[in-house]
Amino acid sequence: MPVQPRTTPELRFSLNGAPTAVEVDAGVSLLDLLREHLDLSGTKKGCNQGACGVCTVLVDGRRVLACLTLAVQVEGRDVTTIEGVGTPDEPHDLQRAFIGADGFQCGYCTSGQICSALGMLRELDEGVPSAVSESMGAAPGRSNVEVRERMSGNLCRCGAYNGIADAIESYADTTGSHR
Amino acid sequence: MTLAPERTARPSAPPEADAGPGRTGPAIGRAVDRVDGLAKTTGTARFSAEYPIPGLTHAVLVHAPIARGRIRSIDVAQAEAHPGVVLVLTHLNAPRLTPPPTRMNPMDLSTMAAGSSIAFLNTDEVHVDGQPVAAVVAETLESAQYAASLVRVDYETITPTADFEAELPTAKAVRSMPVLPPTGGKRGDARAAYTKAPVQVDLSFTTPQHNHNALEPHATTAVWDGKKLTVYEGCQNIDWTQKFLAKRFDVPASDVHVVSKYVGGGFGGKSKVWAATLITCMAAQVAQRPVRLALTREGVYRTVGGRTPTRQRVAIGASRTGQMEALIHQATSRKGRVGGEADQIISCSLDLYDAATILAEQKIVELDLMTNTAMRAPGEAQGSFAVESAVDELAIELGLDPVELRLLNQPVDKSPVHGTRYSHRRLAQALEQGRDLFGWADRPAPGTRDGKDLVGWGVAAAIHPAWEFVANVQLTVDATGSATLACAFHEMGMGTATVVGQMVADCLGVPLERVSALYGDSDLPMGPGAGGSGQTASLAASIEKACQAMRKRLDALASKSGMPDGSDPAEVLTRAGEQSLTVEVGADTGPKAMWGQVRFLSKMVMDSRRWMKAATGAHYCEVRVDADTGELRIRRWLSVFDVGRVVNPKTTHSQLRGGIVMGLGMAMGEETLIDTRTARIMNPSLAEYHVPVHADVPHLDVHTLDDPDPQMPLGILGAGEVGIVGVGAAVANAIRHATGRRVTDLPLTLDRIVG
Amino acid sequence: MKPISYAVPASIDEALAAIVDLPGAKFLGGGTNLVDLMREGIETPEVLVDVTRLPLAEITETPAGGLRIGAAVRNTDLAANLAVRQRYPVLAQAVLMGASGQIRNMATVGGNLLQRTRCLYFYDAAAACNKRDLGSGCGAVAGHNRMGAILGASEHCVAVHPSDLAVALVMLDAEVEVASRTGTRRIPIQDFHRLPGESPHLDTTLAADELVTAVTLPAEPLAASSRYRKVRDRASYAFALVSVAAALEVTNGTVSQARVALGGVAHKPWRATTLEQYLAGRPATDEEFAAAARAELAQAVGTPSTEFKIELAVRTITATLRRLRDEGGAA
Ligand SMILES: Cc1cc2nc3c(=O)[nH]c(=O)nc-3n(C[C@H](O)[C@H](O)[C@H](O)COP(=O)(O)OP(=O)(O)OC[C@H]3O[C@@H](n4cnc5c(N)ncnc54)[C@H](O)[C@@H]3O)c2cc1C
Ligand code: SF4
Ligand code: FES
Ligand code: FES
Repeated sequence: MPVQPRTTPELRFSLNGAPTAVEVDAGVSLLDLLREHLDLSGTKKGCNQGACGVCTVLVDGRRVLACLTLAVQVEGRDVTTIEGVGTPDEPHDLQRAFIGADGFQCGYCTSGQICSALGMLRELDEGVPSAVSESMGAAPGRSNVEVRERMSGNLCRCGAYNGIADAIESYADTTGSHR
Repeated sequence: MTLAPERTARPSAPPEADAGPGRTGPAIGRAVDRVDGLAKTTGTARFSAEYPIPGLTHAVLVHAPIARGRIRSIDVAQAEAHPGVVLVLTHLNAPRLTPPPTRMNPMDLSTMAAGSSIAFLNTDEVHVDGQPVAAVVAETLESAQYAASLVRVDYETITPTADFEAELPTAKAVRSMPVLPPTGGKRGDARAAYTKAPVQVDLSFTTPQHNHNALEPHATTAVWDGKKLTVYEGCQNIDWTQKFLAKRFDVPASDVHVVSKYVGGGFGGKSKVWAATLITCMAAQVAQRPVRLALTREGVYRTVGGRTPTRQRVAIGASRTGQMEALIHQATSRKGRVGGEADQIISCSLDLYDAATILAEQKIVELDLMTNTAMRAPGEAQGSFAVESAVDELAIELGLDPVELRLLNQPVDKSPVHGTRYSHRRLAQALEQGRDLFGWADRPAPGTRDGKDLVGWGVAAAIHPAWEFVANVQLTVDATGSATLACAFHEMGMGTATVVGQMVADCLGVPLERVSALYGDSDLPMGPGAGGSGQTASLAASIEKACQAMRKRLDALASKSGMPDGSDPAEVLTRAGEQSLTVEVGADTGPKAMWGQVRFLSKMVMDSRRWMKAATGAHYCEVRVDADTGELRIRRWLSVFDVGRVVNPKTTHSQLRGGIVMGLGMAMGEETLIDTRTARIMNPSLAEYHVPVHADVPHLDVHTLDDPDPQMPLGILGAGEVGIVGVGAAVANAIRHATGRRVTDLPLTLDRIVG
Repeated sequence: MKPISYAVPASIDEALAAIVDLPGAKFLGGGTNLVDLMREGIETPEVLVDVTRLPLAEITETPAGGLRIGAAVRNTDLAANLAVRQRYPVLAQAVLMGASGQIRNMATVGGNLLQRTRCLYFYDAAAACNKRDLGSGCGAVAGHNRMGAILGASEHCVAVHPSDLAVALVMLDAEVEVASRTGTRRIPIQDFHRLPGESPHLDTTLAADELVTAVTLPAEPLAASSRYRKVRDRASYAFALVSVAAALEVTNGTVSQARVALGGVAHKPWRATTLEQYLAGRPATDEEFAAAARAELAQAVGTPSTEFKIELAVRTITATLRRLRDEGGAA
C-alpha cells in the first residue's frame, strides 16, 4: 500500500513526561507547536534559522533545535523542554548553578543554554569527541576548552559566557560523571 | 620569559559569594544572586511575545524588497482569502496616525523615540529596503506567515544611494546639540601644533555597520479596549514608548499602558518605537482583536536601525619624550535620509588625553538606508578603536611602553577641552593596577612565537561619560516590615531589579530579603530609560531621597509612640496602628510633571558645565595569531574599571564582561553587509553575522576599583557601556605586537591580519 | 511557509514510490537545511517524505574491509563511531567542525551531502540568483562574495558547497549509494557534486527520484593518519573560508602518497589531484608542500573579496601536510 501523506496529522509524543496528542499542520515547527499552540513559552525563538541555539530542547535525551525540527518529526519521541528540567519550586541543580554563577543576564538564551548543557554532558558521558578533542581515537575528557567548544551552538548576546561555563562546570563537578 | 598558559581553570569561588538570606550588614557591595534567577532559569519568565491573551491573533509583516520608490499597486485578494486570515493591513486601509515628529524636541524627550520619519502604512512611498508595506493578521502564526507571502506588490523604483565610502565627499558637518553628547571640541590650534610636532602618527580607520542582535527579536502584543491601549513590549524606555504611542494614536498618555517586565536584551536597539510596534497597534485597532507581532530575525535587521559605520582619521603629534602636542580626531558617520543621529564618535578624544591641542570634529553622510540608532556606547565604541590604536602606534614610533605613554598624558583634574573638573578620575589607577595584575612587565618581545602561533599583548584605555535621568519612585513600607520600591525601570539583564533592592535595604536600614521591586510597567511611577549606562545611578538618586523621606516619616510616627529615631519600621507601624506608609519622590511626580522634567534637564545641563563624570577602564589582552593562516584567538583578558561604587559585584562584573564580549564581536567578526547596488542588508541572519560564540571567549578577568564618585548618586558611574570601549583597539594592538601589522579596519578578520 | 503534507514511508520501496507518485515530494532528513530553506521560500516542496525512520541508520563493515554508512546516520553518531574515529579520523573531525552540537544531532549524512550553498544571494529571494532561478543572473558575482569560490567557478555562479563532511569523503574516495524505482547505482563521490558551468541550478548529479541510501568508504590504511583543518571567521559554528582534508605517507623523508581535498573553495569539494601528483616521490619538506599547493592553486581565480583565499589555501594545505609529516602517524 503506498504511503499516505497527511496535511494535519495527529501527533503523539511524550512532552516533559506526559503523553501528549495534538493535531498539527505538517509545516509547523516543534518550536511553534510549543510556544504558540501549547503555551510552553520557556523555549525561546531567537532566529528561527538554526543559528542561535535559544530553542534547544531534548528529544530522547539529545539536544536539538526546535526551530528546525518539524513537530511531526517527534512522533513517538520523548521531548523535554526547560519546563520539564525543573520548576521554580523544584529547580534542577544545573538551574541553581546558573543562578549561583550568574550564568545569564537578560535570560533569553538561558533555557537553551541549560537544555544544551544537559545534552552536552550526556554526549561527554557517551564519549562523543569534539572539534577540540586531542585525539579522535581516545574518549575525550571534560575541560573548559571542551565545554566552550561544545556549547558554541548557544549564543549569548549579553555575553554571560563566563558565568555559563562556570555554572556548567561546577554542576558537572558535583555530579561527578562526565569524565 | 615564560608565556602564560591558556587559562582553563575557573576561580575556585565566585568573588564574595553571597552568604544567603538572613545576612546582616550592608547589602550594597555584596555579590547577591539575581532576584529573577529562578524565573529566568526555569523558563517561567514571560517575555513580551509570551503573554497568554484570549482571542489573540498573529501578525506578520510584508517587507518591501526595494530601497526607494513608490507602491504602484498592492493586491491582497489572495492573502485575504487564505483560511484564518483576519485582516490585511496596507496603506490603503490603515488608520491615519499623527505624523511622526521630524526632529527631536528638547522639551519633550519622547520625540527621540521616533525610529524614523517614515509614516508607516500611511504612505505609498518606500524609503528604505525592508520597509513594511503590509501586515497580515490571522488566527494562527502559520496562516499569517503563508498569507503574507501571497501579498503582491508592484513598485515604481528609484535607484538608491547607499555606498557610504563613495558618498563621503557629500558629508556635512555635525554640530553638537545641548542635552546630547558632544560631537566636536577644540583646544588651541591642533593643526598647527601637529605640523610642528617632532613625532607624528596619522592613521585612517574604518568600522562597519553593526546590529544589536539582542537574542529576543522585537515583539509587540497590542490590545485595545475601547480607546485604551495596552502594549506588551520589551523596551528600554517605557516612558517614551507610552508618550510616543499616545501622540501617534492621538489618545491621552494615561490611556496607553506599556508592560515591559522582561526584556531579552536591548543594547540600544529597543530604545525607540520602530515600525512593527506602530503597525501592531494599528492592526489591533482595525481588527478589534488583540494582535501579536514578533519580528523575524530578518525583520529586526530590516526595520530596526543598527550602529553607523565610520571612517575616521586620527593624527597625533608628540614631543620626543612622549608629550602629546596635538590630537586630531575627524570622523564621518552615516544616517538615513529618514532619520538617525550622529553617534559621538570623537567623544573619547575629548577626555582620554591631556594633549596640548585638540581638534575633534564630525561629519555625516545621508543615505537611503534604515536610520542608525544608538548601540552600546554609541560613538565611543567606534571612536576608541581609532584613538587607542593610534596611541599604540605612537608608542611604537616613540619606542615607549604604551602604558607609560598613556600615563604620561593623563589629565590631572580638568577636562582638556571643556575645562570642566573631573568629579574624580581613576583611569591612571586602572591602567596601573591592570598592568600589575596582568604581569605586563613580562610582555614578550614583538613577534614572539609559541609553536605555530605568534603571541601579542595589547592594551587600551576606556572612558564613557556618566548620565543621569529622571527617576520617579514610590516606596512603601508595611507593618510586616516589607519594603516595596515601585518604578517603571527596565530589566534587560543589567541586574537593576536586584541592585535596587540592595540600595533600598541599606538606605532604609531593612534586611535585603524584605525588599522587593515592582518595575517594567507604565502604571508605575516614571522610570529612567535604560540608556547611557545611567539607569542605576538615576534610580539611586531617587531611592536615597525616598528612603530619607520615609525615614523621616517613620521617625515622626515613632516619636508619637515614644520610640527612638531609626526604630524598626514594622514595629513603628504596628504600634501606630498603620497598615503601611508610602512616599513618592522624583523630578516630575505630581501635576507639574512637565516643569519637573524641564528643571531636571536644566540641572543636567548646568551640571555638565561644572563636572566631567565618566567611567573609565583599562584592558589588557594576550592574543595568538596563527602564523600560517592569521586565525586570531584571545588567550587571556584582564580589565580594571572605575565604575564608581559597585552595588553588586556579581551583576556589575557580568555587565562589564558583557561589554567586553560585544567588543570582541566588533573586533573579531561583526559586520552588517549592505549591497550598495540595492541598499539591502545581505546577511540578516545570526549565521552570517558573526557574534562571538562560547569558544571565542576565554575567562575574562574583571576588576573594579570600587571607589565612589563624589558627584554621582551613591557614587555610581554606570557599568553598561564602558566595557565595550577600547576592546577593539586592545585586540588590534595585540595583533600589531604579534605580527607587526597595524590593522585599521574592523573587523580584524584573518585576511586583514596576514593578507 | 507553504502548507505541506508529511509522509513516513515504512520501507525504502515505499519511499522510492512516494517520491515519484506524490507531486512536489522531497526527501526529508534531519530537516536542518530543508526546513530553513522552506521558511525562506527558497525550497517549496509539497510533500516531505521522511527518510529518518527507514533502516538507513547503521554503520557496518563492508566485505572489502571498508565501512558502509547509512544515509540516515546522524552526524553525531558518525563522529562518535569508534571505527570511523580510528580508521578515518579526518571524517570524524570534518563532521565535528561543522555546525553545532544540536545540528549534528539532527543532521543526516544524506542531508549533509545535499545541503545547499550559503551564498547570501541564494538565500535572499529578492536577489538575482541563477541557482535558484536559472537565467535571472548572479547577484554574488559583483556583490558580497567573500565566502565564494576561487576554483572551478563560472560567470554564472561563484557559490561554494558548504559541507565539511563531503570534503573528507572526497579525500577518502568514498562512493555514494543511491536507489530509485528503476534500481540502484554507485556514484564516486567526486562525481556526485558538480561544477556550476552553465547550469548552476544543479548542485549534484543525483536525479530527483533518487534516494541516497549510504556512503561507502574503501579500506584505506593511509586514512588512519589523516586530518581535517578548517579555517573560519570564528572559533566555532561557522562555515569554512578554506578547509583541508589530508592524508600523508612519508617513507624515508619522501612522500610516497599524499591525498588532499579542499573545502570552501569551489562549487564542489575540490580534490587536489595536481598537488597529489606533484608530491608523489618528492621530499616531504615544507618547501615542496608549498610548491605543490601553489601548483594546485595555479588555476585559482579570485574576486577582490576572495583573492585572499588563494594564498590562505596554499598556507593551510602546507601547514596541514607539515603537521601530518611531523606527527608521522595517527591523528
Ligand atoms: C547555523 C548553521 C551552521 C551550519 N554550519 C555547518 C558547517 O559548518 N559545516 C557543514 O558541513 N554544515 C553546516 N551546516 C549545515 C548542516 O550540516 C546541514 O544542514 C545538514 O547536514 C543537513 O542534513 P539534514 O539531514 O538536516 O538535511 P535536510 O535538511 O533534511 O535535507 C537537506 C537536503 O537533502 C535532501 N535529502 C536528505 N536526505 C536525503 C537522502 N537520503 N536522499 C536524497 N536526498 C536527501 C533533502 O531533500 C534536502 O534537499 C550548518 C547549518 C546551520 C543551520
Ligand atoms: S553565486 Fe550562485 S548561488 Fe550565489 S547568487 Fe550567484 S548563482 Fe546564486
Ligand atoms: S531559534 Fe532555533 S536556533 Fe535560533
Ligand atoms: S542572557 Fe541575554 S542572551 Fe544570554
